[in-house]
Amino acid sequence: MTGRDPVDTDSAASAAPHPYVPLTGPDRAAMLAAVGVASTDDLFADIPAAYRRPELRLPAALSELDLLDELRALAAKDRAAGAYACFLGAGAYRHFRPALVDALVMRGEFLTSYTPYQPEVSQGTLQTIFEFQSLVCELTGMDVANAGMYDGASALAEACLMACAITGRARVAISERVHPHWIDVVRGYAGGRDIAVDVLAHDALAPGDAHACLAVQQPDFFGRLSLDAAAWGEAAHRAGALYVVAADPVSLGMFRPPAHYGADIVVGEGQSLGVPLSFGGPYVGLFACRDRYLRHMPGRIAGQTADLDGRTGYVLTLQTREQHIRRERATSNICTSQQLIALSTAVYLETLGPHGLRRVAELCYEKAHDTAERIAALDAYDVDREEPFFHEFVVRAPKPVAEINSHLIERGIIGGLDVTHAPGGDGTPRMLLCVTEMNGRAEVDALVEALRDA
Amino acid sequence: MRDYGSRLEPDAMELSHPGRMGVALPASGVPPAEAPPPELLRDGLRLPELSQLDVVRHFTRLSQLNWSIDTHMYPLGSCTMKLNPKVNDAIAALPGFAEAHPMQPADDVQGALAVMHGLQEQLAEITGMAGASLAPMAGAQGELAGIRVIKAWLDANGGEKRTRVLVPDSAHGTNPATASMAGFDVVSVRSRPDGDMDLDALRDALERHGHAVAALMITLPSTLGLFDRNIAEIARMVHAHGAQMYGDGANLNAMLGQVKPGDLGFDVMHINLHKTFSQPHGGGGPGAGPIAVKAHLLDYLPAPHVVLQGAPPLHQLEGPDGTSGGSPDAAAPPPPHTQQPRAGGRPSFFPPASASSPAGGAPPLHSVESPPVVSAPPLHSVESPPVVSAPPLHSVESPPVVSAPPLHSVERGPGGEVSTLHPPPSSARYVLNTPKHTIGRMGAFHGNFGVLVRAYAYIRSLGPDGLRAISEAAVLNANYVQARLRGAYDLAHDRTCMHEVVFSGARQKAQGARTLDIAKRMIDYGYHPPTIYFPLVVEEALMVEPTESETKETLDAFCDAMIQIAEEARTQPELLRDAPHTAPLRRLDEAAAARRPRLRW
Amino acid sequence: MPSPDDRRYSKEHEWLKQQGETAYIGITDYAQDQLGDVVYVDLPEAGATITQFEKMGEIESVKAVSELFAPASGDVLMANEEVVQKPELVNSDPLGAGWLLQVRLSDPSQLEALLTAQQYDDFIAAAAKDEAVGP
Repeated sequence: MTGRDPVDTDSAASAAPHPYVPLTGPDRAAMLAAVGVASTDDLFADIPAAYRRPELRLPAALSELDLLDELRALAAKDRAAGAYACFLGAGAYRHFRPALVDALVMRGEFLTSYTPYQPEVSQGTLQTIFEFQSLVCELTGMDVANAGMYDGASALAEACLMACAITGRARVAISERVHPHWIDVVRGYAGGRDIAVDVLAHDALAPGDAHACLAVQQPDFFGRLSLDAAAWGEAAHRAGALYVVAADPVSLGMFRPPAHYGADIVVGEGQSLGVPLSFGGPYVGLFACRDRYLRHMPGRIAGQTADLDGRTGYVLTLQTREQHIRRERATSNICTSQQLIALSTAVYLETLGPHGLRRVAELCYEKAHDTAERIAALDAYDVDREEPFFHEFVVRAPKPVAEINSHLIERGIIGGLDVTHAPGGDGTPRMLLCVTEMNGRAEVDALVEALRDA
Repeated sequence: MRDYGSRLEPDAMELSHPGRMGVALPASGVPPAEAPPPELLRDGLRLPELSQLDVVRHFTRLSQLNWSIDTHMYPLGSCTMKLNPKVNDAIAALPGFAEAHPMQPADDVQGALAVMHGLQEQLAEITGMAGASLAPMAGAQGELAGIRVIKAWLDANGGEKRTRVLVPDSAHGTNPATASMAGFDVVSVRSRPDGDMDLDALRDALERHGHAVAALMITLPSTLGLFDRNIAEIARMVHAHGAQMYGDGANLNAMLGQVKPGDLGFDVMHINLHKTFSQPHGGGGPGAGPIAVKAHLLDYLPAPHVVLQGAPPLHQLEGPDGTSGGSPDAAAPPPPHTQQPRAGGRPSFFPPASASSPAGGAPPLHSVESPPVVSAPPLHSVESPPVVSAPPLHSVESPPVVSAPPLHSVERGPGGEVSTLHPPPSSARYVLNTPKHTIGRMGAFHGNFGVLVRAYAYIRSLGPDGLRAISEAAVLNANYVQARLRGAYDLAHDRTCMHEVVFSGARQKAQGARTLDIAKRMIDYGYHPPTIYFPLVVEEALMVEPTESETKETLDAFCDAMIQIAEEARTQPELLRDAPHTAPLRRLDEAAAARRPRLRW
Repeated sequence: MPSPDDRRYSKEHEWLKQQGETAYIGITDYAQDQLGDVVYVDLPEAGATITQFEKMGEIESVKAVSELFAPASGDVLMANEEVVQKPELVNSDPLGAGWLLQVRLSDPSQLEALLTAQQYDDFIAAAAKDEAVGP
């Protein structure tokens, strides 16, 4: 055990006031008298003395001004998108964010409220959840959706567990073209319940009758859109398995929804709906399913009802599935819905509307294809274009991707992910590039030029 | 004019008019691309069509239907509804943080990694642990990670199969749900009338279940708002049976600088950054649930974990002696590419560039033995090992990892002023590392960074004295509320409480007003109701957590209102049963909502 | 109101009413009152087998979920589809229209292990007394 600070009765009272702790010296004195103790320290008497008031080896407090200086300096060390042209995707996508999204989401009434357990004073959050669920259903074509999961990867893992609960099977099949990090998360969740995870090769996506589900991603990790998605669903159903599809929600502005090719559960990473990259989180997982599986769906759900006077309102509902009631028999232990991020995606979608979302998807598609074509025209590069793709594509490069990326970053460009050793490779250096509406003409010109010179 | 009937606010689809749009988008500026195969395209998309002002008003009006910390005292027990400093939001929105891509090479995101590393150190120091992982995205996921860490460590070191987790009867519902998700059976242990754990019951459980017990999951202070006076003895008993101590950190706010859970014998705990460390709750997330662990568990932490690498051997890092007993005494494990794939594990999926194979020599994909193309499933069958040694997509380079000095070391000057940064040597860099026996990933990336950076800023703005002032004020405020209300309401346990106090509405129930009615009546007085009917072991429970953020004037007004409501319960309970009277809506029919769910427009 | 003596009761608060070779099963008035507003019942399908005193389904109210235990063994002939659609029938008419299952008993002698109406009423009176003592 380390040294102890001397027990200084009411040290805080003698310290300088802090903006986060408003009690004054006289306040404390009056309150201690009301409680009937001599000092604040007496309130901690239940803590064995040997363990009380340990030393805290942390730097002293910073004023707000100093804090901002320190954090600005740290933030400035990052070569972040915006200041750099970003052609990196791989599960986190930079899209245009209308200014009103932050202006509305950062309102304190949304930002600083808790989970809406008191519906009479939480209708704002509750109706937002209802609208978010509705929007997810519209995008995916599914019947019901929940209020959101931690992120797309954990949503996929929960979908696999849900499929196991529904089918009574303890084995899941997942395509090798699903984001590798997502596969890792599925393994982690499955491991706890002794569920086996089989990663299937792309040309053999046929689950067996021991599998609870077949999980695929569309577009897949490499940005490709498969024409076989309906056939995979049929194969899953023939095996008595559920068909789980992970879809990028922006792509759904243009491409057919998973419900139309047989999906039983649809998950997705909601981040691409105008949520900042924020170095990987917080994001929100989308989760939707067929009506008949509603009672097995994990996570929070809001429903419409009426108050005593018959006026329409919303409540959290079907809570008996959840951990605080069902405890060890719950569908999941999840308690959070990443509500603020879900709200952000709802504001985004309602601002864009159907034409706006479609336009964003088309811009991504057009710019990505234009960029791919220009790169393919370079002597030393080749682009995988046998399969349709959305806004990401694989470039075959003449030298190791890390070398190319070093060259690019010096020219103000964040290059693509090194997928040289991902499925489908032959050892040729391969780079996964992403182009969205955020990449202007000048950025693409600079990228093509820098690649040529690399 | 449309008729929206009895709506407080129509839903967006009801407001929709074809042809409206909230924002303009640019032209592509590129030649048209070849269209995708028509069978891939969607036919139609039904989303609301709103003008920009429609959207602004819709969500502004919705926000105004919410109560929040920014608008009302929100004494929700167990949730720590404290001030959410606005400066933290501004920091999270700095472009260097908000626009950093999670898949960028470590060298390009040293600022973000420095923040993460700093927070790992801060949390380890505050909890008295050896290290922390920031990967879990919520408290419940932190629990799952922590329990899986214990499971992995026991599997590697235990021998016999431990299948049970002990949970007190006062526990949060997440505890048993988590234990179950991790594959454990739950054994409930009862509390004594004074609120502390019943040591005899614990002893019985430990003896009855013998070496099948993997861990005790316990919240400290307990969900009754009490500091268990026998906690060190409990830890000793648990450890004597070879089991681990898991701490639910929901109530850490009471302990900041007062006691370190690691000193008390906890092996793992999760920390709710959205409670103790001021991340806004956002109406239900995002939060973050980092876990802090003792040294023997460091190698099992989730991936990725931020470590500080030095460039050996040129500089001997002048590791300032700023690491307390709780800081990373154990050096972080070597980076993964120095390890061979373990039997049954997967080889490097994306080897670091420095190890990339020449063309033709690329390692196969999921299995060393199997070709990438298979004819029939399940060829790549992996028997879901709890431990997967796959490295991250990020390349992690040159060993060795140095014992990490804290991001900031403190040097008190003669006048007691503190010098600011003690930056790591210029040769050092932060990298994302995969712990040697990691339980794997919790999410696609590194955790909820936007939450992490707020918590880091919060701790930096408080310092050790500020953190102590927080716990002292939080505990004083709760005891003050207890003292002022003890005449009006029954106390679940009449003893010094910590940061929250649990009342029982049993007396008022006998008078004709249940705890639910009291809660709803509080709305009429302008206070968000406290947590009710939890913990389950208290009849008609009302759990009040005032936090350190409220002034004495606010606490007095709150207590006056509670006393008035108790009086109303005695004299006119129907007033409570019909409450709230002033909210936008009256009580809602939850049964109808659940019987015939209407979950979308 | 005393429980009707045309049927037998279990300590898990199910009732069983025999009609020839078949029997109807439901939950008692006391049980529905304790549960509060019933919102969902999960029942075995026709053709399933249930075993005396083992779990046969679940019943949910707004704030609680409880397991249903079979008062006797048998084969399920029919689940009450009306109750599945309108779970509030369990609250409004637990002993009549709110019945849950029709079964063919595999061993009618098992009914000897169930309580009579008088025994059941004594049982819940004792339980209520326990509850009144409180924590």
